[in-house]
Amino acid sequence: MPLLEKGVPVEDRFVQVADDAPLPADSPAVISFARLQRDADALAGRNVPLGVQMASATQARDIAPFLDRVALVVIEFPKFRDGRGFTIARTLRERFGYAGELRACGHILPDQYEFLVRCGFTSVAVPEGADLGVWAAALDRFHVAYQAGMDAAPVISGLRRRLALG
Amino acid sequence: MDIVEGHAALNAGVSTRAGIYHYDEYDREFLRERVAEFRGQVGRRLAGALTEDEFKPLRLMNGLYLQLHAYMLRCAIPYGVLSSAQMRQFAHVARVYDRGFGHFTTRQNLQFNWIKLEEAPDALAALAEADLHALQTSGNCIRNVTTDEFAGAAADELVDPRVYAEILRQWSTLHPEFSFLPRKFKIAITGAPTDRAAIQVHDIGLLAKPGPAGDVGFEVWAGGGLGRVPIIGTKLRDWLSERDFLGYMEAILRVYNALGGRENIHKARIKILVRDLGPEAFIRLVEDEFAALPREKFPLDPAVVAAIQAHFAAPAFADLPHAGTDLALRTAENSPFADWVAHNTHPHKQPGYISAIISLKPIGGIPGDATADQMDAIADLADRYSFDEVRVTHYQNLVLPHVRQDELFDVWHALRGLGLATPNIGTVTDIIACPGLDYCSLANARAIPVAQLLSERFADLRRQYDIGPITLNISGCINACGHHHVGAIGILGVDKKGEEFYQLTLGGSAGNDAAIGEIIGPAVPYDAVVDAVETVVKTYVAQRRPGEAFLQTYRRIGMAPFKDALYATA
Repeated sequence: MPLLEKGVPVEDRFVQVADDAPLPADSPAVISFARLQRDADALAGRNVPLGVQMASATQARDIAPFLDRVALVVIEFPKFRDGRGFTIARTLRERFGYAGELRACGHILPDQYEFLVRCGFTSVAVPEGADLGVWAAALDRFHVAYQAGMDAAPVISGLRRRLALG
Repeated sequence: MDIVEGHAALNAGVSTRAGIYHYDEYDREFLRERVAEFRGQVGRRLAGALTEDEFKPLRLMNGLYLQLHAYMLRCAIPYGVLSSAQMRQFAHVARVYDRGFGHFTTRQNLQFNWIKLEEAPDALAALAEADLHALQTSGNCIRNVTTDEFAGAAADELVDPRVYAEILRQWSTLHPEFSFLPRKFKIAITGAPTDRAAIQVHDIGLLAKPGPAGDVGFEVWAGGGLGRVPIIGTKLRDWLSERDFLGYMEAILRVYNALGGRENIHKARIKILVRDLGPEAFIRLVEDEFAALPREKFPLDPAVVAAIQAHFAAPAFADLPHAGTDLALRTAENSPFADWVAHNTHPHKQPGYISAIISLKPIGGIPGDATADQMDAIADLADRYSFDEVRVTHYQNLVLPHVRQDELFDVWHALRGLGLATPNIGTVTDIIACPGLDYCSLANARAIPVAQLLSERFADLRRQYDIGPITLNISGCINACGHHHVGAIGILGVDKKGEEFYQLTLGGSAGNDAAIGEIIGPAVPYDAVVDAVETVVKTYVAQRRPGEAFLQTYRRIGMAPFKDALYATA
């Protein structure tokens, strides 16, 4: 799946590892939250970046104790209408101070890209065959927002902020 | 008073003419970008790049529903406040993109019922020219915020809720975290001790009130709602400081977005979450979330409040100490005018002024409908008599908020000429009705014809006045858009094996004494519903004590006499 950062395709340095497969010794790997919980002790000494993938039904506070172990949190969107991932991302950033990479995957639309970035996502795994031009354009379309987000948009007047996401 | 034509008023920026929120360049830039986005989405849909399943929530975010016969465009009227220029633009859109009329709703919005998908972006672009839009009038997001239709005018008001309604409008507009909620989310706010915004039956209800130090704070309610499972809200806070206003909203929404039901559409509103968790546990979660928020990020800056407050500055009222005397003389000499003044006005805080209610409930008419010509005429009256301002009420009527009492007779006379002076506000013919099966794809039964028949049955004004204050609300399905649960008499359309039946409830109220109506008994068929209401009303009239309104009698004597009367004769 193509991976986008700031609207631009980038290489995914992480490999996805199934729960029953061994972890590669020398490359960054993404494991499930269940496995992270199960193998937390064994993973403690690992020197290669670790990522964790969580379902949107998982609460941010459940994963909070493990945040210092991971360099990547992947949040699944089961359906684009399911907005829990936005709250998880925001909570991880704001409440639990997570500063690493935050990636959205699953069923998401380019029309949601602005919201994802403003909730603190840094990368998006878009569906295979997606029109990347539409995704890139989605970040460039909007220049005014009415509320504070995780982006560093400066206040222009009142509650309004000047966006520069693309 | 100068009269400004067309868009000139809008482009004049902040003005003392009408104390409404005027868009600035940033608001307009935002709206232009959103219209362009939607044009692109419609293009992708028409080209097949978006499935209907994917397009649906995007069009809903822009107020576009697919109904029985056509697309319906629900235009936002933030907290029910319109300039006359905006009203004229609605008339224009009604003429060009619809069939020459629009329908004002219980959420202070305006619906066009005959929109073509290909033309929807053009209709939205036309609305945007007058700083109007349809954002978040549907979909699982924070909907248009509603308030007291007499906000900023009412004599009993303590805090002007429009300021905070506008702050909520801005904060909730395309909120990045809360645009894909489990279900729709409705916020109502009032600033008067008499609740005219139904705050106890909203997802969040707010009462703005002055604090001991002259500051402003809020009583916060949540988890109320109508629909399939009507619930009176829970009070979360007696006092929330202005500074923490938005932070606390974020906390409530965040708890709801994380924990609200997503499996079953009928169990997804916040009221179900509050009920299932229990009010205490819900409040603990919200307070915990609120305590953990980075507070420095969410303070409501007093400078922001002051800047928005400036938009709502009182218009240039004339000094009119004796206007009331003139009004008293006029009403004494003209009985139809006196009837209208007695029912269709509301006391104003400014001496010599009054708020005039334009009934959109003519006898036998469709509640809430207005033609493009009527909209234009009302805009002209607003220009001339009410500082260019019109309000929409959640009772599907309109208001000229700031009318000189010594010009009220002229206003009435003009309205009468337009067929808009029905003196029935608050009476049994001031019926709320949803569009029902005549338009709506969700409906089980018709609501509009029932409202029309009831209106005709009770057409006699003397009888309406004798019956006194009463609310009669009709919904064509369990989704309760017609607010039947909070009608003193509520009527719910149901489908029984393909036939329209109507279930009556009694005792509902959306005011300070909020209550959910109780079902009287088995539903009655379409042909019997008017007689059933007649029986209920006659029972009240027979049982009431002097001066007792319907609700008071009902609460004193209970359901039994009504039930006996209805089913004994059936």
